Amino acid sequence: MTDFFQHIVDGVSLGAIYALIALGYTMVYGVLQLINFAHGDVFMLGSMIGWYASSRWTQEAAHPSWLGALGVTLVSIMACAATGFFIERFGYRPLRASPKLNSLITAIGFSFLLEYGGQVVFGPNPRAFGALPIDPSDQFRLLGVAISYVDVLCIGVSVALMVTLQRIIFHSRMGTAMRAVSWNPSVAALMGVNIDRVISFTFVLGSVLAAVAGILYASAFRKVEPLMGLMPGLKAFVAAVLGGIGNVQGAMLGGLILGLAEQLVSSYVSSSWKDAIAFSILILILLVKPSGLLGKGTAEKV
Amino acid sequence: MRRISAKLLVCVVAATFGCKKEQGSGAAGAGANGPIVIGEVGSMTGTEATFGTSSDRGIQLATKEVNTAGGIKGRQLQVIALDDQGKPEEAATATTRLIASEHVTALLGEVASTRSLFMAPKAQQAKVPMVSPSSTNEKVTAVGDYIFRACFIDPFQGYVMAKFATGTLHLKKAAVLRDVRNDYSVGLAKVFSENFAKLGGQIVDNESYSSGDVDFKAQLTNIKATAPEALYVPGYYTDVGLIARQAREVGLTIPLLGGDGWDSEKLYEIGGAALEGSYFSNHYSVDDPSPRIQEFVGKFKKEFGGQVPDSLAAQAYDAAGMLYDAMKRANDLSGPAIRDALAQTKGYKGVTGDITMDEKRNPVKPAVVLKVGKGGKYEFSGRVQPEGLAETNPAEMPRATPDTQQPKKTEGNTAPNAAPGSMPTPTTTPPVGGSVSPAQTAAVTGQPQGVPSGEHPKR
Repeated sequence: MTDFFQHIVDGVSLGAIYALIALGYTMVYGVLQLINFAHGDVFMLGSMIGWYASSRWTQEAAHPSWLGALGVTLVSIMACAATGFFIERFGYRPLRASPKLNSLITAIGFSFLLEYGGQVVFGPNPRAFGALPIDPSDQFRLLGVAISYVDVLCIGVSVALMVTLQRIIFHSRMGTAMRAVSWNPSVAALMGVNIDRVISFTFVLGSVLAAVAGILYASAFRKVEPLMGLMPGLKAFVAAVLGGIGNVQGAMLGGLILGLAEQLVSSYVSSSWKDAIAFSILILILLVKPSGLLGKGTAEKV
Repeated sequence: MRRISAKLLVCVVAATFGCKKEQGSGAAGAGANGPIVIGEVGSMTGTEATFGTSSDRGIQLATKEVNTAGGIKGRQLQVIALDDQGKPEEAATATTRLIASEHVTALLGEVASTRSLFMAPKAQQAKVPMVSPSSTNEKVTAVGDYIFRACFIDPFQGYVMAKFATGTLHLKKAAVLRDVRNDYSVGLAKVFSENFAKLGGQIVDNESYSSGDVDFKAQLTNIKATAPEALYVPGYYTDVGLIARQAREVGLTIPLLGGDGWDSEKLYEIGGAALEGSYFSNHYSVDDPSPRIQEFVGKFKKEFGGQVPDSLAAQAYDAAGMLYDAMKRANDLSGPAIRDALAQTKGYKGVTGDITMDEKRNPVKPAVVLKVGKGGKYEFSGRVQPEGLAETNPAEMPRATPDTQQPKKTEGNTAPNAAPGSMPTPTTTPPVGGSVSPAQTAAVTGQPQGVPSGEHPKR
């Protein structure tokens, strides 16, 4: 039974990271009805920039400190925010009037650009990198279940960011504008909403979340490489669809379900089956509820 | 437009030139006086990048030595190295390119068995001798009679660790965590499990992962519940480093055991202190006081700015040295002649031990067990001889019990070594010539893992 709870804790911790990435997919979809496939690679960039910053400037590996970790995180947040902004400004904005398929293909192009550009810039080899001065082996025991401080931090930071996001969307002017654009861009524009700014803001916000997820992921797994965004990105996308794409709570729920499913399948069935079963769950849920668990048809988005 | 036609012209000229050279491809060596071209395929980048770069250095050193000493048959050697990024398909493409457009006389590579298995059918088909420095999966040389290797094979490595675990560490219960997407890992895990059980131990849990995974906690938690005394993880260093870390995270404090796939300076960089106290089987140890090894380590350090050669560099050095030795002995530089000379390799004084080819083109030589010590330093913990081979080092710790054992060399296959100048006819072993599909190979070796039970170094 202890083992079972151990799997649950590990699954929730992994799911929290998926959820953070999923939020980026879901917000962009909510506003633009565009699946931003480059998002998983922005997440990778968060990890890689963090690694770069810490190995070049703060010497994090040799002198770990909370201040250094905070600095590294801020650098990677800024870099990701800038990347998100540029991708939207120069990739998607010129194509906004063209069919959605064009933007989708551009997204895939950006994804490859970041992956293979990352291999050129950072080198293709995996690096050992944990951003935080705590190690996943620093842990405490709760009723026999080993919980590491990194897990606590992953879950804590994710929940805090989601609550903040929720407040931004529902209780701020910008959030109101985002919802308005999501509802109907042309009407929103007529009402005086600056659509370009709103959309840029959405991308920046999503990229910031991806950067934080990247740092947390690196702290939990301690390995970063330019192609690392591929699978987590895909799974976060699945999580977003599972929860109902365009729906913020849905993304969180989807991330948790996926993280738990993966852990439980690899512990009680076989690790070879984990992705197959996790993705089968997606298919089953979408068969029963095509708009996702918390999706409400086309009514409310963001 | 003009540019394009100029380029075209160059292409045409090159092609004609290429055609002329092609007469020699696989048969008589290309061009009479130019350098002898050797092809090398390795993973210079990717998750196993140090495998390729280390091997490349070993090959460079061996080649330089031969060239300084006047080359082979009066001609210099030129190595063309191609990167496969650790991808099997890329290894196959690189091989095709080396054979078809570079007209290589022989091929060196790959390190990983999976990738060597993609290269071997192409080399076999073109009758270009191929020597893999470090592919330990049995299937590799079973592809055909042009495929050789400079290392021992998986059954032996799995046996070495089982022997060491039961004999030296006195362990009774072990768990296995293998990479299901890797022939090497699956093969080692299987042989380890069989031998561990045979030697009186018990495998209490058998878990798997896929290379590239980053989260192993679920499997490790399961393993912990079965309370083993050691965990056998015959994977590659990136995954193993992460597994070691996460093993400590879930509270598994037992030593990890592994194979030569651990050997990389990156192992400790990723795994850190979590690896201390773990053991792995390897081809050689830099700490080995034998003069042959120390001389090599000295030369290597001098050549590459103080870099200590890992076992992959040593193996590649031996593979290249063995190939060049055979090329010197061969009647001419045609594929069949080099092949015959390679097959007759006997007592070649390699850095990793004396190499004698058995009739399946696998060397018979000892293995060492290394312990990961404080700060990631490898400590020499013992040497395990193949059964039936005379002990040469009185200091070694575990050794095969001398009773009831069968000399490994006489097992199964009675085909004699190739007579000089003639093609051998290994009737009971792999198909000769023609294309050999992986499926056929599997059929020849009998089992999916390529580890026919009759060929284990068993007691």
